[in-house]
Amino acid sequence: MTQRNVIRNREIVQDDWEYLGAEDAVPQGAKVIVELARWKQERDELLQAAEKVGVLLKGDDDPKELVEDFEVLSAISLDFPKFADGRCYSHARLLRSRHGWKKDLRAHGDILRDQAFFLWRCGIDVLELREDKDPNDALEAFREFSVTYQPAEDTDKAIYHLR
Amino acid sequence: MYRYDNYDAKIVHERVAQFRGQVERRLAGELSEDEFRPLRLMNGLYLQRHAYMLRVAIPYGLLSSEQVRVLAKIARDYDKGYGHITTRQNIQYNWPKLQEVPDLLEELANVEMHAIQTSGNCIRNISADHFAGIAGDELEDPRPYCEIMRQWSTFHPEFSFLPRKFKIAFTGATRDRAAVRFHDIGFRVVENESGERGFEVIVGGGMGRTPIIGEVVREFLPKEHLLSYTEAILRVYNLFGRRDNKYKARIKILVRSLGVEEFGRLVEEEWEQIKDSALHLTQEEIDRVSAYFVDPDYSDEPGEVSEVEAFAASNPRFARWYKRNVHEHKVEGYFAITLSLKAPGVPPGDITDEQLDLVADLADTYSFGRVRTTHEQNLVLSDVPAKQLVALWETLDANALATPNVGTLADMICCPGLDFCALANAGSIGVAASIYEKFDDLDYLYDLGEIKLKMSGCINSCGHHHVGHIGILGIDKRGEEFYQLMLGGEASDDASLGKWLGPALAKADVPDAVGKVLDVYVEERADGERFIDTYRRIGPDKFKERVYDAA
Repeated sequence: MTQRNVIRNREIVQDDWEYLGAEDAVPQGAKVIVELARWKQERDELLQAAEKVGVLLKGDDDPKELVEDFEVLSAISLDFPKFADGRCYSHARLLRSRHGWKKDLRAHGDILRDQAFFLWRCGIDVLELREDKDPNDALEAFREFSVTYQPAEDTDKAIYHLR
Repeated sequence: MYRYDNYDAKIVHERVAQFRGQVERRLAGELSEDEFRPLRLMNGLYLQRHAYMLRVAIPYGLLSSEQVRVLAKIARDYDKGYGHITTRQNIQYNWPKLQEVPDLLEELANVEMHAIQTSGNCIRNISADHFAGIAGDELEDPRPYCEIMRQWSTFHPEFSFLPRKFKIAFTGATRDRAAVRFHDIGFRVVENESGERGFEVIVGGGMGRTPIIGEVVREFLPKEHLLSYTEAILRVYNLFGRRDNKYKARIKILVRSLGVEEFGRLVEEEWEQIKDSALHLTQEEIDRVSAYFVDPDYSDEPGEVSEVEAFAASNPRFARWYKRNVHEHKVEGYFAITLSLKAPGVPPGDITDEQLDLVADLADTYSFGRVRTTHEQNLVLSDVPAKQLVALWETLDANALATPNVGTLADMICCPGLDFCALANAGSIGVAASIYEKFDDLDYLYDLGEIKLKMSGCINSCGHHHVGHIGILGIDKRGEEFYQLMLGGEASDDASLGKWLGPALAKADVPDAVGKVLDVYVEERADGERFIDTYRRIGPDKFKERVYDAA
């Protein structure tokens, strides 16, 4: 089982979730994340074999498709294939405030410290920082701003409620 | 004008510190240029042909004299002594050094300014009617809503990585001076049948490679829903806008492919879910921000307009300026003055540090210390009393800021072109100069009346050629610069897109071709008919014949 560092709730922690491709065998008792298509096809087998199951949602996927599975899923991961692809920021907010997802919401892909604060504000609590980057640096990103203008998933207050 | 409170000040200062860190990481090699690029772009820093270019935001085009002095200082200390006013009311500096940019931003932050979101695929600076608050045809000053929108859009966590850039403009007037039909969203203050004020929401307009006139997506939006409705539009765009091709990624392409009804349906569906959230604007906040935009303390004795007119009758040079560059004001005895940045021999929109300092002083002396920038790349002193008009003119005239050409052919919009821009194919500034030279007879320009000439150095259309009465586009043909003419565009209420007149012309032939177009107009026009109206009446054929037959 491979371990890696991730940032969870603004702290560096060890993490042992594994991403499985469409054909990869499910390691017994592991924590696995699969893409939506595989989840839809192999839901029961996955739940049986793995200790915990999460789903990787892409920009094109519709988060609504997971709502009925919220109880059995342990994590939802959102794909950021490129820094500039921002669709999953909206998915994150909808999963949290519209659909009521309460468990781990992960950011996967091209994740750098400079997105960290935005991701956090959209309700993403686990950041899989790109492995060539130092997570200690990334923690600083949470301290860069002490004020925000808009309500998001971290606060339901707009600046005008504070004035 | 709006003043920062502790929250606003904190955000811009924290931004400077953040960007300073990013620049340090870049200079130390911890960030590759590829990784640094999206970060600097979110802060208006482009890598241009020769150097970095920094675009500084001027929210809705409004500046205090104190801010103008800092813009002058920046031109002097960090640039080669000038800045360039853009078509979205911002100012650009062409020569800052990367390692000095954090200090430059610190100087801006000290006077409540920044370069946040002046580039990148995010919500850009909010622009507005440059006569907001003083126009006689205005229902309501839109600037409080621009400021509320500025704050909501600043570092919006969900909308900082949109498919493409996103531009919003406001007008509160009946006559559109903010090109609201050519923005991603345009807001017009309107009144509904019960006499309540709200916004007409126009979506999906834009220039670029695929010019499109925006369409009304909602006829009446109550003011308190401004932010929630905008958030709904942005969310639909963020999720469904194309990301596979940057030339098809603007919201206009999404709106066109879905149709405005279907797009509007998606927006309404999303909006229903969030309209009563914390985005529901409070009346307290609307009142708080509006209080910053109350009228200045107008004098009861601004002087007699008849005396100004008497002076004009005795001084033809003043009379020309008075006719072209002086505009009506909602308060009797006051005027708004356009300072033309289209002087011969100067690239359109450029202004030196000395001129900026002078403008700041003049604003303090004559216009309540306020200066505005316009999307036609000029400056405005918005509140000048009649009795001080002549004194103001004399100073402007002595400093090349009274060129009496506002609204004429010579008041052209022009992008920086090949001289600065890494995208350009053509030296639009050089063509602008040759057009100035050919049409240097003011009486001829006045006789031609209102003509909007707009020129871009490439198809990205920063010079808005699609909506010029006469549009000129620079293209590259096997390494040589050529220019295409288009006629019939209009950015305002009766918006239209220009049409190509014919094959591209060699650079040297452009001024003559423009001359031929003008000849046809002069021959064909009915009494008092503007160029655009003549063109719309008679169509392109006669223009085409004249330009291409002899050639």
